[in-house]
Amino acid sequence: MSETLQTLLQGRTAIAGHRPWPRYEIDAATWDALGAALAAGEGTLLGLWGDEGLVHMALSAPTLPTPAIVTLAVPDGTFPSVGKHHPPAIRLERAVCDLYGYAAAGAPDARKWLDHGAWGITAPLGSRAPAPLADPVAYDFSPVHGEGLHQIPVGPVHAGIIEPGHFRFTANGEIIARLEERLGYVHKGIDSLTTGCDIDRAARLVARVSGDSTVAASFAFARALESARGISAPPRAVALRGIMAELERIANHLGDIGAVCNDAAFALILAYCGILREKVLAACDRVFGHRLMMDKIVPGGVAHDPSPAELGVILAMLDDIAPLFADVVEEYDDTPSLQDRTCATGVVTPDLVVKWGAGGHVGRASGRDFDARRNLAYAPYDDLGFLVPVFMAGDVDARVRVRIREVEASMEMIRMLIDSLPDGPVRTQATGASAGEGVAVTEAFRGDLLVWLRLDGSRVARCHIRDASWFQWPLLEASIENNIVADFPLCNKSFNCSYSGHDL
Amino acid sequence: MRTLLLRSLFARPVTIAAPSAENAALTEVGHALEGRIRRLYGRSLTIREVDAGSCNGCELEIHALNNAVYDCERFGLRFAASPRHCDVLMVTGPVTRNMKVALERTYAATPDPKWVVAVGDCACGCGVFEDSYAVIGAVDKVVPVDLHVKGCPPRPIELLRGLVALVDKATAKG
Ligand code: SF4
Repeated sequence: MSETLQTLLQGRTAIAGHRPWPRYEIDAATWDALGAALAAGEGTLLGLWGDEGLVHMALSAPTLPTPAIVTLAVPDGTFPSVGKHHPPAIRLERAVCDLYGYAAAGAPDARKWLDHGAWGITAPLGSRAPAPLADPVAYDFSPVHGEGLHQIPVGPVHAGIIEPGHFRFTANGEIIARLEERLGYVHKGIDSLTTGCDIDRAARLVARVSGDSTVAASFAFARALESARGISAPPRAVALRGIMAELERIANHLGDIGAVCNDAAFALILAYCGILREKVLAACDRVFGHRLMMDKIVPGGVAHDPSPAELGVILAMLDDIAPLFADVVEEYDDTPSLQDRTCATGVVTPDLVVKWGAGGHVGRASGRDFDARRNLAYAPYDDLGFLVPVFMAGDVDARVRVRIREVEASMEMIRMLIDSLPDGPVRTQATGASAGEGVAVTEAFRGDLLVWLRLDGSRVARCHIRDASWFQWPLLEASIENNIVADFPLCNKSFNCSYSGHDL
Repeated sequence: MRTLLLRSLFARPVTIAAPSAENAALTEVGHALEGRIRRLYGRSLTIREVDAGSCNGCELEIHALNNAVYDCERFGLRFAASPRHCDVLMVTGPVTRNMKVALERTYAATPDPKWVVAVGDCACGCGVFEDSYAVIGAVDKVVPVDLHVKGCPPRPIELLRGLVALVDKATAKG
């Protein structure tokens, strides 16, 4: 490329009222050139979504001072495909096409993604034209040629207590030659529901995009909204948000560590992690009145101000689980038969996580040293010292170990936050009638979660949520190649991508 | 070495006390079962969980039923991997249009007599997802529902109360 990502955006005037990062209106040629620059490894794609008559793309780059949003008008309903240069954009573009009807010109994959032909309309956020119902099973999986190959279709209803999605395995005996995912089964139309909706309803919807990340999503939504309004939450509320976010991380990681070990037929660790997770959730329930802390982070602050006694409940819980967790870790370390299953299984290479900008344990287990709490620092993490564990092996074991270190780090962070908890109010007035646009990224337990919104008076004109899973699901396909079919549950659990967070 | 294993051998149970069947749930199940063909389940029900559109919050709490604290197997409740092995379908989420056929097929694959439990505000009504082009809504718009367990998500103890009532009723009349 002749022009670098940095020069493509240099000297432009950002749209007024978009905070905290700039948003630029660009033309189709620049859009296309940015796609090529991303493909050349100059930056990371953070999101790509539709809007009325527009497409937006969020990206970051070491040469840019902050992430940026670029916007392209699509008067004729098409935009140059970023996916044709940069594959991580492909599914995002398919989703834009399904929801808005805007076509990505030159896109390598024009199949529908979220639209399974069951809505009775096409382009629900665009033309809303009536459409005949299609056979839900009809989908052109990529053709596979070769001797001795057979296919194993799995889902959408799976064997465990998990979310629905379809996995099409092509195997040669026990060895998986290819996995192709088909998602979108739990698409609930969240982009449409949060378009032109009052702020309270939008907040409740965002909290229910992916139940396991409810705190992280509400955190991002609140920050985006506060940025758009040009206000900030009081210091005490900010610290309490951090406490909740870390409790959520600990609870999820405990669940995952147990579940991964269980999928390797080591039920003892699952049993212990189950008890530990339960202790965390019971404490959350006692302190915040909800086990998952849903709706407890609100625009302007938090919904509950814990008393000193309630904070003591959290500290006592941490004291209780810390030694037990150390035993669990020791058990994991001392069980070679377990590591025999987790080590060298489901490997994701470092170049792939960089290219896809995969966050969370998926990225950090393959050497990508990125954590939104540090790299896109936000309060209360900006003046909190904490460890970001990074491993290089990229296998199931490394993804477990990232979680183990993060549980330990989060316990430490909660103690620090409670120790230095400021006094004062926990909520500022976040209502009003101002317009504005805001964006925020928080580090959910599974990786960076982006919320972008545009306010129109007291309403949310448009809100988009991009879960970390968007950039992790494709890597699961890559990780499983040449593994045995029986190791798929193990790999899948070690990723633990969200179906609902992805399907929206 | 092996501290966990040793501790497990000598530890006292962490299981909570069994909940009493909640009255409202009992009444609802009573109505649901009236006039149906009943079979003696020997105080045991096998459950198949189906996420028909949930945000996964409900799944987290249903999962908790299997942990050592709630330990639902002591009530004769166990989760199966296939609808063909189950008596109860536990369905979450507002049913999405993309999941409707899968839910219908799972229901059809479940042998009679069968019960359907709708778990969560979304499955009982439509939750926050009302008015979406992509969502059909409550589970009973797609398959008949015998028991509703409300909550967003319901706590595991609330799930247990509902299920205990279901077992009691199914066996008492069987
Ligand atoms: S009831 Fe609540 S927790 Fe359950 S699926 Fe609906 S939004 Fe999620």
